[in-house]
Amino acid sequence: MSTTDAQEMTCKELVELVTDYLEGALPPATRARFDEHLAGCPFCTTYLEQMRQTVKTLGALPDASIPPAALDALLGHFRKWR
Amino acid sequence: MTNDLVLDETQLLAALRERDEAAFVTLVRRYHGPLLRLAMVYAGSRAVAEEIVQETWLGVLQGIDRFEGRASFKTWLFRILINRAKTRSERERRTVPFSALASSEAGGDEPAVSPDRFLGADHPDWPNHWCAPPTSWGASPDQLLLSKEARDLIGGVIAGLPPAQRQVITLRDVDGWSAEEVCNALDVSETNQRVLLHRARSRVRGALESYFGRE
Repeated sequence: MSTTDAQEMTCKELVELVTDYLEGALPPATRARFDEHLAGCPFCTTYLEQMRQTVKTLGALPDASIPPAALDALLGHFRKWR
Repeated sequence: MTNDLVLDETQLLAALRERDEAAFVTLVRRYHGPLLRLAMVYAGSRAVAEEIVQETWLGVLQGIDRFEGRASFKTWLFRILINRAKTRSERERRTVPFSALASSEAGGDEPAVSPDRFLGADHPDWPNHWCAPPTSWGASPDQLLLSKEARDLIGGVIAGLPPAQRQVITLRDVDGWSAEEVCNALDVSETNQRVLLHRARSRVRGALESYFGRE
């Protein structure tokens, strides 16, 4: 383990690792440093929570519905194909 | 995807093979949003994207009798769209392959948070720790996050992202694809996929933070 690995993680470092953390892609040693920092840092805890909320919100965006004219055109093709 | 949906989809596909119009309409409605979003990534305009979606469904009708269900219907459907979109952009001579775009966008330095929100590296006690930390969005920000205003804001941020970031965050977070599905569909490495996702998510979070108002 290099000196950097053993050092405490900084907030600036943590925000760049959030996605790897959420994706489960951090090496175990880095993940341990991440968790350790998080346990003592309410700010980074808030940051992580905001990233989770961001992802959740993105997943809840409503779908556009198909314009009636486009559906009619497709149905025209469908009836020919049938 | 839940088992119920898979089962339901198997039945819909069987009905479509029997030329059942209602099954076709159900599928078209179900996938219109995701298909249109994916098409928008390739197309220069909404009108072109709508055309690509139309062509995709024609491709489905042409191919459904040969579709053996080895891949999921969703995978097959999106592959048709990607192929149509690529053919079209080649015709229009926009031929930068996605993997090249991804490598270029994943390179360089793009901090998730503005460096001026952290103390300097030479700070005696708290080097590189927050000096302007994020403040909580409240106990249940969901309602606010799902307001039309917030949705429009997010839509605007996504539309303004560099193309590869936009594509990855759309597929992963808006449409719920797995990392593996995205890597396969876009022919991009796992690492670049994660970098692009990270940058895109960070930008959306930053915009939402401004929306909530930093105190």
